[in-house]
Amino acid sequence: MTNHPLTRKDFSNDNDVRWCPGCGDYAILAALQKALPEIGLPPEQHVFVSGIGCAGRLPYYMNAYGLHTIHGRAAAVATGLKAMRDDLNVWVISGDGDALSIGGNHLIHCLRRNVNLTILLINNQVYGLTKGQFSPTSKAGQVTKTSPRGVSSQPMNPLALALSSGATFVARSIDKDPAHLANILKLANQHQGCSLVEIYQDCHIFKAGAFDAFSQKNNRAENTIVLEENAVLAYGKEGESALSFDGDIPIIKENGSTELHKHDPSNFMAAMRLSQLSFPEFPVPVGVYYQSSRPVYQFSNKVKKERSDLLDLFRSKAS
Amino acid sequence: MKDSIVIRITGDSGDGVQLVGEQLTITAALAGHDVRTLPDFPAEIRALAGTVAGVSGFQLAMAEQIIFTAGESLDVLVALNPAAIKSALQFLNHGGLLIVNEDSLSKKDWEKDGLDASYLDDVSEQYQIIKIPLITNTLATQEGLELSLTQAKKAKNFYVLGLVLWLFDLKPDHCIDFIHKKFKSDVALQQANELALKAGYNFALTIELSRQEYMLGHVEREIGEYRQITGVESIALAAATIATETQSPLLVAGYPITPASAILHECAKLEAFGVELLQAEDEIAAICACIGASFGGSLVFTCTSGPGLDLKSESLGLAVITELPLVVIDVQRAGASTGLPTKTEQADLNQALYGRHGDAPLPVFAPITPADCFHTLIMAFTIATKYMTPVIILMDAYLANAAEPWKIPDIDSLELPDLCYNQSTEPYQRNEWLGRSWNKPGSKGYIHQIGGLEKDSKTGKVSYDPANHAEMVALRAAKIAGIAREYESIIIEGNEKADTLVIGWGSTYGSLKSAVNECNQEGVAVAHLQLRHLNPMPNDLEQYLKQYKHVLVAELNTGQLCQLIRSTYLIDAQPIAQSSGLPFSTSYLVDRIKEVVLNGGCHD
Repeated sequence: MTNHPLTRKDFSNDNDVRWCPGCGDYAILAALQKALPEIGLPPEQHVFVSGIGCAGRLPYYMNAYGLHTIHGRAAAVATGLKAMRDDLNVWVISGDGDALSIGGNHLIHCLRRNVNLTILLINNQVYGLTKGQFSPTSKAGQVTKTSPRGVSSQPMNPLALALSSGATFVARSIDKDPAHLANILKLANQHQGCSLVEIYQDCHIFKAGAFDAFSQKNNRAENTIVLEENAVLAYGKEGESALSFDGDIPIIKENGSTELHKHDPSNFMAAMRLSQLSFPEFPVPVGVYYQSSRPVYQFSNKVKKERSDLLDLFRSKAS
Repeated sequence: MKDSIVIRITGDSGDGVQLVGEQLTITAALAGHDVRTLPDFPAEIRALAGTVAGVSGFQLAMAEQIIFTAGESLDVLVALNPAAIKSALQFLNHGGLLIVNEDSLSKKDWEKDGLDASYLDDVSEQYQIIKIPLITNTLATQEGLELSLTQAKKAKNFYVLGLVLWLFDLKPDHCIDFIHKKFKSDVALQQANELALKAGYNFALTIELSRQEYMLGHVEREIGEYRQITGVESIALAAATIATETQSPLLVAGYPITPASAILHECAKLEAFGVELLQAEDEIAAICACIGASFGGSLVFTCTSGPGLDLKSESLGLAVITELPLVVIDVQRAGASTGLPTKTEQADLNQALYGRHGDAPLPVFAPITPADCFHTLIMAFTIATKYMTPVIILMDAYLANAAEPWKIPDIDSLELPDLCYNQSTEPYQRNEWLGRSWNKPGSKGYIHQIGGLEKDSKTGKVSYDPANHAEMVALRAAKIAGIAREYESIIIEGNEKADTLVIGWGSTYGSLKSAVNECNQEGVAVAHLQLRHLNPMPNDLEQYLKQYKHVLVAELNTGQLCQLIRSTYLIDAQPIAQSSGLPFSTSYLVDRIKEVVLNGGCHD
């Protein structure tokens, strides 16, 4: 541990940040640098592993160990690193194309194994670095360079995918709410097991304002539910409304009504139900959808034998 | 007495033939014979019983002098059904011994393979044929035991083993010990198999099977302690040695693929020796896990075959540019695509050398015998960590499964990797061999960020500068070229004063050595060089090439190394190429070499 209290500065370096002006990634970088001092580990204990995409550059801008890998493979790289170096705090930085398209296989198996990593899935519903093609989370009808008549397929649901893959921590946050994001990142990192945080991020160039209908400071209260354990799913300017469920059917009620659904992050089916809500029909839940505990993927990493055992091993088929 | 004898045991892939072969090999080695083996299993795990597609075979040569191949024509063939007879009879020497299972020679059995029941009658004069009612005899030994009919029948492979042991004058003690260990949890099975083994042995003794010509003397070899070892076992033991001696856990990551999976199976047993196995979700994840662990300072290797090597190409490029040490073992199999997944070939050479986008050089080594795989893996790790580079080792299906006696090494004599971390606070500062500083996460003062983007040659930070890129391309090439300084001098075998040099690489060593010996004995002078290092090539290779009038390059592909030698050294090397999925036979090589030497050149 360091002698002085850690600050944001301990996690910054002098590399030029090269995202486009107005990019949501700046806010995510800032939220990380806010969360890291609170986590308490010195910079050298953190490793940021990224894939390819705009978000993939993030490790270069952190004063921490960083490995910028190849498209889609960050989760696989991080799995090997964490398996052999359990002493390190390993983060995966990925985007919607990187994690859900080319790297989908690695993501689901990383979650299934419950590798003790924190995965940031930075979702902006578009390929930015390659200049504006549709991604697996682009909405049906979205017009992009490769979908001039609109995207024909339906988008992927990253949270439902994570839940069904066996993730033990599933959360969502928004680049435009840095305090909430920093807090969620901290909780995700403190979780023992594989955490996935979907971050709605604004690509200012190719999908500007994708989430503005609910992510802006002036409309967030009416359109998002901040999930809190054991609390009702309240929202609205004054918190006057609440989402509840009639069986599996979501219904909107007045806050204060009887028998309102209360958020229980350990309830897998409840998390699945929340993951199925779609805006604008329903408000967007942000926060921790699901958290549970099961054994993490780990090696013993101990060499228990010595030379005499080795010689016995050699001789096991001796003639 | 004969110099060497060759036996092949064949049956359905579920008949336990590989087990019989393995035990026979160990027993023969224990008796002091030199042995070479060639397992041959089908691509289908349990193809339709009794069909040629499902035939599994195990070939063993034993001799009282050192031998180099598993032989090519058979003295004894044990064939458990008509399909086995059909597929292997062509290799049996005239006058050879054919042992068949009478219980599986009904008219219906023959018809399964489109053969007539009189098939054996037609060839009976060419061979010595013994028909044994194998199932009947095996079942007779099992009376009074509490076994199902299926279980009782299964013991027939040990009946065969007993019979063959007697034939070769080998004591059954080791195999009985083996049965006791293998079936220690089931007394009935233990008894069943032991009884079957003894019954087979006694049956051979009773019918006085003519064994005079199958008895051997003892081999004379360098004094020391020996064991049998396959290429796969060599790799696993080398991994255990490196982890145990450096006291650093070693990651083995892989994805199931034939024939490389066998390495995963062996390594799975070695966790206590610090060998950690990660079965990944795909080939890409396996090498990526290695890259991550290597970034973390761990020793890592991944193994694969065939299409798996294609899938690892992109990640190998990342390992080249991030200059992270890792080893890829490619157990080559016959391609393209799925090709012949259980058969051998050396056709991945070009891919290993060139199969990445951009200029992405890396060292490529090829062990030449099963035991040589042990030293090759150790050398690969030593080079990988000293030069900070990925390394490819080219094995093949034959080398993986073939066995030879291995002299148990003195561990102090091994040159194990010397793990040095944090040599400089700048990760792209280099040692005298151009290897960069391996800076370990967790170390204060060594924080750095690396990745697939080009790096500044001094600071290691991202650089788009044209001159810097040119410098880095040249630097990476120079670093790999410099690895040739690590090699021992080339050894020319055979008649080094001959006009003709035959070059081989990797697993063809045994066949080539036998062929060259045979040529020289017949007065056809030939020199032989077996290359272990394909990239960079040995520094002293050129001087040898220029000494010979004719250079032949023998390889199990369409001439990949031959092309490389022609283009690199501007000599008129000629190929001896074979792409049948089988190892070279000595006679084929002898014929091809003679063609050149006796005709005075490659071009008539």
